[in-house]
Amino acid sequence: MQSLPFQPEQASSIAKSVDQLYFFLTAVTLFFTALIFSIIFYFMIKYRRRSPNERPKAIEGSFPLEVLWTAIPTLIVAMIFVWGSVLYFRNSEAPKGSMEIFVTGKQWMWKVEHPEGQREINELHVPLGRPVKLTMTSEDVIHDFFVPAFRVKKDVLPGRYTSLWFSATKVGTFHLFCAQYCGAFHAGMIGSIIVQQPDEYERWLAGGVPGESMEQAGAKVFEASGCPTCHLADGTGLGPSLLGVYGQPVKLTTGQTITADDAYVRQHILNPKATTVFGYHPIMPSFQGQLTEEQLNNLVAYIRALGKATPAPKEAGKQ
Amino acid sequence: MSTATLEPRVRASRNYLNADYGWKSWLFTVDHKRIALLYLVSITFFFMIGGSFAVLMRINLTEPQGALVQPETYNKLFTLHGIVMVWFFLIPSIPAVLGNFLVPLMVGSRDLAFPKLNLLSWYIFIVGGLFTLYSAIAGGVDTGWTFYTPYSSMYTNTQVTAVAIGVFITGFSSILTGLNFIVTIHKMRAPGLTWFRMPLFLWSMYATSIILVLATPVLAITLVLIALEHLFHVGIFSPGLGGDPLLFQHLFWFYSHPAVYIMILPAMGVVSEIIPCFARKRIFGYKIVAFSSVAIAVLGFLVWGHHMFVTGQSVYAGLIFSLLSFLIAIPSAIKVFNWTSTLYKGSISYEAPMLYAMGFIGLFTMGGLTGLFLASLATDVHLNGTYFIVAHFHYIMVGGAVMGYLGGIHFWWPKISGRKYPNGWAALAAAIIFIGFNLTFFPQFILGYLGMPRRYAFYPAEFQVLNVMSSAGATVLGVGYLIPLVYLIWSMRYGPIAEPNPWGATGLEWKTSSPPPTENFAEIPVVTEEAYAYAAEEAAGD
Repeated sequence: MQSLPFQPEQASSIAKSVDQLYFFLTAVTLFFTALIFSIIFYFMIKYRRRSPNERPKAIEGSFPLEVLWTAIPTLIVAMIFVWGSVLYFRNSEAPKGSMEIFVTGKQWMWKVEHPEGQREINELHVPLGRPVKLTMTSEDVIHDFFVPAFRVKKDVLPGRYTSLWFSATKVGTFHLFCAQYCGAFHAGMIGSIIVQQPDEYERWLAGGVPGESMEQAGAKVFEASGCPTCHLADGTGLGPSLLGVYGQPVKLTTGQTITADDAYVRQHILNPKATTVFGYHPIMPSFQGQLTEEQLNNLVAYIRALGKATPAPKEAGKQ
Repeated sequence: MSTATLEPRVRASRNYLNADYGWKSWLFTVDHKRIALLYLVSITFFFMIGGSFAVLMRINLTEPQGALVQPETYNKLFTLHGIVMVWFFLIPSIPAVLGNFLVPLMVGSRDLAFPKLNLLSWYIFIVGGLFTLYSAIAGGVDTGWTFYTPYSSMYTNTQVTAVAIGVFITGFSSILTGLNFIVTIHKMRAPGLTWFRMPLFLWSMYATSIILVLATPVLAITLVLIALEHLFHVGIFSPGLGGDPLLFQHLFWFYSHPAVYIMILPAMGVVSEIIPCFARKRIFGYKIVAFSSVAIAVLGFLVWGHHMFVTGQSVYAGLIFSLLSFLIAIPSAIKVFNWTSTLYKGSISYEAPMLYAMGFIGLFTMGGLTGLFLASLATDVHLNGTYFIVAHFHYIMVGGAVMGYLGGIHFWWPKISGRKYPNGWAALAAAIIFIGFNLTFFPQFILGYLGMPRRYAFYPAEFQVLNVMSSAGATVLGVGYLIPLVYLIWSMRYGPIAEPNPWGATGLEWKTSSPPPTENFAEIPVVTEEAYAYAAEEAAGD
């Protein structure tokens, strides 16, 4: 048995700020618990029954007191609400230029794909000090990606992407837990986050079996699935060109405008008719059930790359 | 010595317990008091079953690799522990036992509005319970009491359908009980018993009944949808079939968050009766306490999304649910302050029910305050799905609701059984339960903050010390729960005869004999004073 720690390691850029709020909440809890306990003990002793016939005078209540003890908790919880929400909002979007890594959960393991093509199971190597954005999905049930030392957690859902980011501030190995019950060996769905110095990380990346990058793998899936038949690069095909589309607003036939992010790309591949682009016919077939999660991730990586590569001729989608 | 002549007379009189004999007189009774006892026996049985699952879990967790059972078995244990404790003990506990016994007595009527419906709801409860027990014997279920999809609908090969049917059936028992209470409180109050003369227990039963009637159907629908997907592969929750995996969580928590208030509001009602009695004092701020019950019942329907902060729901939805969750803390805080202030300048005695009530306030305060950690978005992200949650809701549902239930059982036991229990043993049990509870669940707050996820059959070795502490505490808690069982059963035969009003309490239930006659009151009482007129009793005399 080890010694008894009272605080998980702080190993990410947000850990300290989350802990500060945690300690404030602990202080509030201790203060009010102590207050209530001591008042009760004091009253129980001071006003203990001294003779069996005692009949104390009735007190109706006190309106000013009710106002007071409504106002004070209201102020305190308002403060906690604002504090917690600001932190949450600040941390909800990954910083620009984050490293992008794909994570797929399945009963009962974590599969990781780096853009360079490296794959890991139940391990995730990341460089120190660089923001890392994870794009996550599940092959089966709901899982949850939880790294206590980073104070981050996000459900990993089948059929859609969720994302999470962190920036590690300590070199070392940290627990990755599945925090959403997922079946028989839920408790065994544990991995490690291995934080390395940037140069060490580069060596690790280079040392992996040199395979194709996710983008290259995605290009192959793109070809093999027949996508280029319609999605011609110059925008003259039956479907819009995908150059420069990723991350940009897209107008739909429904009149809605949405951003072409990971979730949209994925949804559109699996259920294209729901989000047909304005100016095009709803003729794209669904690829539901025809692509593995890995192939989907690779496609998303490829379309992301298409988005960055060439600024698109904007008029393409407006015919 | 006047009591000496009184006792034989009370004992000889006809009451609901000796009005009739034989099993038929119990199984076909429409007397709300007998039905309350049927429930008491049934839920005690389920409590023992649910508790024994917890014992096995705590033994298993003493070793990091799992000391006792295979992971599959452990998963079934925590699932059945949750299902049995929530639906077959906590939800029926105070409403179906104490509520059934006391609502007609407190409103001054001869029975509930629909006595036969009341008996029906017990039968429905038993049928639902048997279905659930059958599933346990037929292989169990391993989805967690929360039945999250698509695991429950598409991936598990355990008895989901049988359990869903069991819980579905039991839901109707809740609905019928709630309906019965609402109608009774509206239509059957004795002359002079205006809304604001009602004891706060009735207010809390009223608020609870509204939740039972409005929320339970949502659970029923959700369980039907799970069964449809599980049996016929109708795509509702599983993305593979075109469903939405999070839809289930919205539906489930729309019921299950209010269900927490189904458990805690009745306990608040019990405590609001006990404290004035043993402080001989009007409750401080009667109307505020009454309205805060209603406020909790209403707000309880609007906070379900705080269970879903890490599911990837919109950050703006998270913001709204966080705000509403903080708001619901306020009426709870107000209640705690009012109970505490009721003690001020009172004449306080420390009989067992009062000790349970004080234990309730302490544990509920800690449970409520730790809820703030989970309402707050940034800290919830870290604590969600860990042992912190487990500790928090046990402080509310066991520390709060069970402490309140035991307080109520001890307070009204002389009325229910006509006998007194040994106060010393009862006080000792209250102390052991309070201490054992904290020993069991306090270490779990730390475990959760350190990052140990819940529902782990085995775990990294660094969490062992705190797990062993928690298991050791559970032993104390278990002993604490067994003691009342022994002396309460003992008291039914050997306890001293209770007089009609042993605590000198106000309220109509104390104006009739102990135990009450089948018709409750020889003559329907007329209410001329407000609730908790403890000071006025001086003039009336004992």
